[in-house]
Amino acid sequence: MQRIEDYSMYPDARGRFGDYGGSFVAETLIAPLAELDAAYRRLRTDTAFIAEFERDLKYYVGRPSPIYHAERLSREVGGAQILLKREDLNHTGAHKINNTIGQALVARHMGKRRIIAETGAGQHGVATATVCARFGLGCVVYMGATDIERQKINVYRMKLLGAEVVPVTSGSKTLKDALNEAMRDWVTNVADTFYIIGTVAGPHPYPQMVRDFNAVVGREARAQMLEQYGRLPDVITACVGGGSNAIGLFHAFLNDRDVRIVGAEAAGEGIATGHHAASLAAGRPGVLHGNRTYVLCDDDGQITETHSVSAGLDYPGVGPEHAFLKDSGRADYVGVTDDEALAAFHRLARSEGILAALESSHAVAQAIKLARELPHDRLVLCNLSGRGDKDVHTIAAREGISL
Amino acid sequence: MSRIDARFVELAARERTGLIPFFTAGDPSPEAVVPVMHALVEAGADLIELGVPFSDPMADGPVIQHASERALAKGVGLARIFDWVREFRLRDTATPVVLMGYMNPVEIHGAARFAADAVAAGVDGVLLVDCPVEEIAAAAPLRDAGLAQIFLAAPTTTGERLARVCAAARGFLYYVSFAGITGADRLSTGDVRERVAAIRRQASTPVAVGFGVRDAASAAAIGEFADAVVIGSALVERLAGAAHADEAAERARAFLSPIRAALDRRT
Ligand SMILES: Cc1ncc(COP(=O)(O)O)c(C=O)c1O
Repeated sequence: MQRIEDYSMYPDARGRFGDYGGSFVAETLIAPLAELDAAYRRLRTDTAFIAEFERDLKYYVGRPSPIYHAERLSREVGGAQILLKREDLNHTGAHKINNTIGQALVARHMGKRRIIAETGAGQHGVATATVCARFGLGCVVYMGATDIERQKINVYRMKLLGAEVVPVTSGSKTLKDALNEAMRDWVTNVADTFYIIGTVAGPHPYPQMVRDFNAVVGREARAQMLEQYGRLPDVITACVGGGSNAIGLFHAFLNDRDVRIVGAEAAGEGIATGHHAASLAAGRPGVLHGNRTYVLCDDDGQITETHSVSAGLDYPGVGPEHAFLKDSGRADYVGVTDDEALAAFHRLARSEGILAALESSHAVAQAIKLARELPHDRLVLCNLSGRGDKDVHTIAAREGISL
Repeated sequence: MSRIDARFVELAARERTGLIPFFTAGDPSPEAVVPVMHALVEAGADLIELGVPFSDPMADGPVIQHASERALAKGVGLARIFDWVREFRLRDTATPVVLMGYMNPVEIHGAARFAADAVAAGVDGVLLVDCPVEEIAAAAPLRDAGLAQIFLAAPTTTGERLARVCAAARGFLYYVSFAGITGADRLSTGDVRERVAAIRRQASTPVAVGFGVRDAASAAAIGEFADAVVIGSALVERLAGAAHADEAAERARAFLSPIRAALDRRT
């Protein structure tokens, strides 16, 4: 295993995180990606752009989000103290808005008036439709036909915000197919269209750009830990779908070698059953959606269908930086099952009065497991990436309750 | 000389425009693949592009997407595709065969193993849609094994990058006639003519043009200035639903013959 001296050096100029990342896209997209890379490279160090982004995070999103000490939960678990980074309190209810604001600002600077996006659970779609409404940009959201059926409320929410939601009926009719369709739209309309990808996947510079916009989570959390507790946490954890909330929290801590990092993937009905979405824990290196990363596929390289109770984790790939962190040993990635996530959802609701998103409930379940093994004076910081209002119907249906 | 290079030398000597049909391996049926390949050659194909079905064909329109889905539903994979090429080679050792597909099946198979199997089966070239020159290292084992890696150039490929693509190209350069996905209807012959002329000045390989070529008329229009024309979605559409291998082969022949005739009338 290669020892990495400084994790902030990645990706390199070609968008590589070690062996992972890159630009595995059709020829037509190389030029617009290069244009985006050049624009973003300029903007990411531009003080006026940074000030604009930070102003929106403060006054529109409501940042900083607090770190909350879940005292009753910690006492019940009987181990380390569990701290929650409250991304659920952001406008639109999740971390996703950090990224959509950043990318919409980039789009505006590039003079692109038409925005497209893919969405699974609808959270990224809602966050994109929100910023498009605010900036007066046209918005088309691609969503798998199966997901449209599962997430009716978010579909309606996007429409209320003025977005057009286009059902995708190819392949498995879920998130990965929505991403394919958004790419096809982009290839066709490269001149005036900006593609806001919702996670740290896709070709370079997306994994870097989406990470940078979400890295505010970890930067804030690190400063808050030092201010509130006078020290860094012992362990940090987050759920990993594509990996944007996780890398957002992890990034500021990568060079703090004493802070243990654990990502929680969706183990669905259990990794052994094959019905899961644990790309890092159970997949292998391959190429999907423009980058080299861990993917879930069969021996012939066909991407397999995934399963998770949470639509936002139901993705057969994962951001390339996580693949790199796994191989370099800096982070561990473990599976959390549907049942464990649901149990954590109820436990947090009853002990702290917080309804977590089902995605985030995977992180809570992992935080509970980690805390249980540690003494009382240790600190486990968990990214509560989103709120659970959107999942109330799913949970009721699973428990046989009709609303 | 490789089979692809030999074929283009021969085309140039006969002043004939190359005709390159594409169809998805396994669609309309696994039994039809080899008969359709032979039928295409009989109807005037100079080179065959065989699509390797993939679960996530990001650069393809609905026609080829659905053909891929149907082929995958019938269990088509690399091993069978290599078998079909091997079987095709029993009767045809002259017509080059290029596999067209996406990176992940190659990565999972292992690029070196993929290359060895492809060469052993009689494959001549590989076009990986999501492997631009920036990622050429990933396909090095293919070139090392003697396969021609075919690259795409698009309307958005210009300047220094176009030079890079031209330098990397082996076999032929595939010019994508418009920014879009396969099967779309956006062909503008005038724009393409100008671009192809510019590319031909830079490229040391022949230039084939594809995307949006649907019939004899559009093929003849492109054939006026391209070294070869590629025709895919329209053929895939025509083959879809053929009840048995003979019918598929008959449809392939009926589809391609008038296109061949139109190209030849011009020259
Ligand atoms: C609340 C929440 N958390 C996590 C995710 C998973 O995405 P990522 O892994 O990119 O953070 C989603 C995706 O929809 C989400 O809505």
